Amino acid sequence: MRRGLLIGIICCLAVGLIFSGCGKKEEPKIKIGFNIPLTGDIPKVGEGSKFAAEMFKADINSAGGLKVGDKSYQLEFIYEDNESKAQSATAAALKLITQDDVLAIIGPQSSKQAVPSGEICNANKTPMISPWSTNPNTTKDRPYVFRGCFLDPFQGPVAANFATEEFGAKKAAVLFDVASDYPKGLAEFFKGAFEKIHGSGSVAAFETFTTKDRDFSAQLTNIIKSDADILFTPQYYDEVPLIVKQARELGWTKPILGSDSWGSAELMNLCGDDCKGSFFSTHYAAAGAKGATKEFIDRYKEKYGYVPDDVGALTWDSIRLLVQAIQNTGGLTGDLQKDRDAIKDQLAQIKDFAGITGNMTFTPDGDPVKCAVIVKISQAGDFEFYKSVCPQ
Amino acid sequence: MGEFFQNLVNALQYGSFLALIALGYSMVYSILMLFNFAHGDIFMVGAYIGFGIATLLVTLASFGALALPGWLILVLTIIISMFLTSFVGMLVERIGYRPLREAPRASAAITGLMIGIILETGNLALLGAKRVSFPALIESATYDIGGVFVTNKKIMIVFVSIILTLALHQFVTKTKWGMAMRAMAFDYLVVPLMGVSINTIARLTFAIGSALAAAAGILYGVAYPVLEPYMGIIVGWKAFVAAILGGRGSILGAALAGFLLGFIEIFVAMIFPSTFRDLIAYSIVLLILVFRPHGFFGEPYSAKLRL
Repeated sequence: MRRGLLIGIICCLAVGLIFSGCGKKEEPKIKIGFNIPLTGDIPKVGEGSKFAAEMFKADINSAGGLKVGDKSYQLEFIYEDNESKAQSATAAALKLITQDDVLAIIGPQSSKQAVPSGEICNANKTPMISPWSTNPNTTKDRPYVFRGCFLDPFQGPVAANFATEEFGAKKAAVLFDVASDYPKGLAEFFKGAFEKIHGSGSVAAFETFTTKDRDFSAQLTNIIKSDADILFTPQYYDEVPLIVKQARELGWTKPILGSDSWGSAELMNLCGDDCKGSFFSTHYAAAGAKGATKEFIDRYKEKYGYVPDDVGALTWDSIRLLVQAIQNTGGLTGDLQKDRDAIKDQLAQIKDFAGITGNMTFTPDGDPVKCAVIVKISQAGDFEFYKSVCPQ
Repeated sequence: MGEFFQNLVNALQYGSFLALIALGYSMVYSILMLFNFAHGDIFMVGAYIGFGIATLLVTLASFGALALPGWLILVLTIIISMFLTSFVGMLVERIGYRPLREAPRASAAITGLMIGIILETGNLALLGAKRVSFPALIESATYDIGGVFVTNKKIMIVFVSIILTLALHQFVTKTKWGMAMRAMAFDYLVVPLMGVSINTIARLTFAIGSALAAAAGILYGVAYPVLEPYMGIIVGWKAFVAAILGGRGSILGAALAGFLLGFIEIFVAMIFPSTFRDLIAYSIVLLILVFRPHGFFGEPYSAKLRL
C-alpha cells in the first residue's frame, strides 16, 4: 500500500518534470534570482521588494517580453527567502547560482546579509545588485557586485554640509548607539566631514549610548551644555522618538537631523508631533515626487494599498539597471557563464541612468554616483522632499 | 551649576524606576530567599497591560462614551493594571515557584529566567515585533526654573514612586500582614508552625511586588513612550543590583539604592565620556559591595541563617 503510494508520487513527479521541461523549450526565458527577507526581523522589506519586482515583471511580460538583440524573452523571477540572516542569505545565493541557474541576483537588502552574499556571488562569477546596502564592504574589490544606493561615507558629509548651509551651524552635537555598526559608522563619517569644514573640536558633543538604553537625559544635558547648533542622530525609528522627546523636554529647541534609518512609516506612529519639522537624508521622498517616481508610487499604491518605502523604489531601479545591462549585451549566447560575464561588463559601463531614485553612474567599485535627498517631516507628518544633494 | 541641578532632576526620574522595580526583587528575595529573575518581565507585562487599558479608555473617551480627563485615565490605568498585574505575579508564583520550593535554589533561579523568556516571547507571539506607542495621557508641560528644565511628568513620576515606597514601608512595618512577612523573612521554617501559611505570604509578596512593577511600567511608558517585549531585561538587572545593594529585608534600603544607582549612572555620564557610563557606574557599585557585602541596610546574620 505504502509502496504503491510512493511509486504513484514518483510517477507524478516524473510526468510533471517532463512537462515542465517541455514548457521551457517553447519560449526563451531570462531567469533572475531575488535574495530577500520574506520572513524574519524585517519582513516588510522583503514584501516591498517582491511587490516592486512583481509589478515590473507583469509590465514586461504582458508587453510581449524583453527584447535582447533580435530575440524576445519572458522574465522569470525566483524569490528566495533569506530570513534576514547572514547564513541563510549565502545559502540562498548559492542555490540561485548553482541550482536555479539565474543570470543575475537582486539582493540581499541589508548590509548584514549583502556583505557575505557578495562574496559568494563574486566567487561564483554571477552579477549581484544590492538595492539597499549602504556599507562600503558590500562591493569593495568585488567586480561582480553592484548596488543601487549611495554609501555611508557619502551620507555623513551630506548631513554635515546640509547642517552648515541650511542652519549655519558652527558647532554640532552627535548622539548615537556605540554598540551598533550602522549608527556608529555614520556618526564617525559625519564627525569627520563636519570637522573638515569647521575645524577640529567643532563637534562639541559626541555622546553615545548602548542598544536598549531608554534614558538619554544625561547625554542630552551634556549636548545642551555644549551649545551646539544642531543635533545629528543616525538612529533607528524606535529610538528616534525617545531621543527627540527627551531633548525637547530638556529644553532643546534647535534643529534635529537624522539619516536614512529614520525613513519608516512607523516613525510618525511612535513620535507624533515632536518629530515634525525635523530633517533626514535618504534615498527618495514619496511626498511631492514628480515624473516617473510619482508614476511608480501611484501605481504601487493602487495595487498594494500603501506608499512604497525606499526599499521598493531602490529594488525597482536595480531591476531596471539589470535589464538595461542585459539589453546592452546585444544578445545572449545561451552559455550561462559567458552571459553572466557580459552582463557584469555592461553594468560597470552604465552612465547617467535615469532611475526613479535619481540618476546613476557606476564607479569602478560598482557603487553608483547618485544624489541623496533631504526630507523634511511636514506638519501633516509626511516625508516631504526638501532638497537634493549631489556628489561634487 | 545649572547642569548639576538638571542632572539631579534627571537622576531622580531615572532612579524612580529602578527603586520601584527593586522593591519587588527585594521583597521576594527577603521572604523566600529567591531571585525572581522574571521580575523585569513582569514589569514589561505591567506596562503592556497599562498600554491596553489606557488605549481602551482613550478610545472610549474619544467616542464620547466615557468622557474622562487625561489625568483620571492615567490614575485609573495605574490602579487597574496594578490590580491585574498582581494576578500575573501570583500565577508566576503558583506555576513557577511553588512546585520548586523545596528544590535547590539554582533550579528556582533558572525558573525565573525561563518564565522571563516565556513572557517575552509570548508577548512577541501575541503582538508581534512591532513597537507600540504609549498614549500621551497628560499634556506635557515644561517649566524652566533658572535654566533647569522640569516637566510635569517628571514631578509626577518621582512623587508617585516615593508615595508607593512609603506606603509599602508602612504596610510592612505597621500591619499584621506586614509583620507576618517580616517574620517569614526571619525564619520560614518556624513561622508556619505559628499558624501563618507560607503559601499565603508568598502569594501576597508576589502580588505586591508585581503591582509595584506594573506602576513602574506605566510610569516608564509615560517617560519613554516606546514599548517593546524586551524592555524589562536591562532595567530589571539594574533594579536587581539595587535590591542587593539596599540590603536584604530593607524596603527603604532597596528604594534608596535604586535612587543611588540612578544618580551614579547619570553623574558618571556627566563627568566621563558617555561610552564608559555603565562600565564606570557598575565598577563603583562593585567597590561599594566590597566594603559593604550585605548592602547598606542588610543584616549580616540573615545570610548565614539560610544558605
